[in-house]
Amino acid sequence: MADTRYTDEHEWITMDGDIATVGISQYAQEQLGDVVYVEMPEVGTKVEPGAQMAVVESVKAASEVYAPVAGEIAEVNAALVERPEMVNEDAEGRAWFVKLKGVDAEAVAGLMDADAYRTYVEGLD
Amino acid sequence: MSSSPPTGHRGGEDTALARTALYPLHAELGAKMVPFAGYEMPVQYPAGILTEHLHARTQAALFDVSHMGQARLAGTGAVVALEALVPGDVQALKPGRMRYTMLTTEDGGILDDIIVTKWEDGLGLVLNAARKDADCAHIGGALGSNVALETLEERALLALQGPKAAAVLARFAPEAAEMRFLEARTLTLAGAPAVVSRAGYTGEDGFEIALANDAAEGLARALLAEDEVAPAGLGARDTLRLEAGLCLYGHDIDETTTPVEANLAWTISKRRRAEGGFPGADRILGQLAEGPERLRVGIRPEGRAPARDGTEIFDTQGTPIGTVTSGGFGPSVEGPIAMGYVAAAFAEAGSRVILKVRSHEVPARVQDLPFVPHRYFRPTS
Repeated sequence: MADTRYTDEHEWITMDGDIATVGISQYAQEQLGDVVYVEMPEVGTKVEPGAQMAVVESVKAASEVYAPVAGEIAEVNAALVERPEMVNEDAEGRAWFVKLKGVDAEAVAGLMDADAYRTYVEGLD
Repeated sequence: MSSSPPTGHRGGEDTALARTALYPLHAELGAKMVPFAGYEMPVQYPAGILTEHLHARTQAALFDVSHMGQARLAGTGAVVALEALVPGDVQALKPGRMRYTMLTTEDGGILDDIIVTKWEDGLGLVLNAARKDADCAHIGGALGSNVALETLEERALLALQGPKAAAVLARFAPEAAEMRFLEARTLTLAGAPAVVSRAGYTGEDGFEIALANDAAEGLARALLAEDEVAPAGLGARDTLRLEAGLCLYGHDIDETTTPVEANLAWTISKRRRAEGGFPGADRILGQLAEGPERLRVGIRPEGRAPARDGTEIFDTQGTPIGTVTSGGFGPSVEGPIAMGYVAAAFAEAGSRVILKVRSHEVPARVQDLPFVPHRYFRPTS
């Protein structure tokens, strides 16, 4: 299983070769509540770290999803657009948002690992 | 990821938050608490907003709305005094009947929307939580010596809403089932005296139950023990009232909107239109005669993207014609819904408009409110 890294804005990212898969964390899903809409970027869009990449809307509010690292949108999860509630069912699995190419593995490795993120989240409650 | 502030609820997060009598019960039920109008209130329970919403539409949901203001106007001059502050027909109310009206400004704007109940010995008022202090100062300052305003502290307010609400409440007090929509009675529920109103904020049949704080938790637990009843939070309350086309003060109505613009002219009776005598009557009656320049309407965006409060509305040529004042996802509609103000020329159902949602232009149509038909209990006999 790939090593999952996290941002302090609650995105997760895993690397497979030079392709990264990005989604939002289980903690983020719990905070959002029932997700009813996701908006994806265009394939081919280049993103910088921290740039808004997607939008996820729960019944209550709209939230932005940021790019954890620089890269180019290689693929978006069309199944998630069809069934946004997948975020609530499997945030860190099937409900990935985008795949990024041209990602610097070093930048990903510099993000929080699962233990560090767990500690970070515990500090938020 | 970062969240914009939730729509539908504005809280005073900088000051110490008050708690209702049901706070310990909310905590026990696993509620997610949020600041709202100076109170720490349950926005949802573990079931989540969608489930709580659908439960209210099919079964019965129990809401804690104790943050709302409860007051009483007593004395021989109560009816006349209140009519000097609202365009609603208070004189026409018979004891045990209720009415929706607004406190208006001299310019015809809305200071608050309120529910008035006529009793033999005075008037009961239910006020919005965020407005109750201002309302009481406003009302109190306008009273003569033959009327007294009493704010009812240490009182809880529960709402039991949904098609099974009457069957459930009848197990506690059989006469509850025969009450009509907008009727109020004093009943004894689970041993406690309670003012029960057949009213609510969901579009469903249901009741609001006012009772002493120290009796509230016992009654709430007894209601929740019934098979049909589940707790619901402010999140579901907001989606339910939006589907029902009901206004949220501070969003859909405020001091800059008149009752006529807000499509609430139905609350102003023929007598009040003829006589005037309420704050802002010149402007409000003028708009009734000539038609307002803008109107609150329902809006149904195409596709699935919700259009939130503040979304700009354009005509198909790109000219700005209004703003969304409440918007989100309607769980029973199963899609995005919104309310907002549009120029009168676009207020007719079916009018095509464009919503600017982030960088996208989302086509939408004006739709008659409510989005989900009201199911109030109005027996014909």
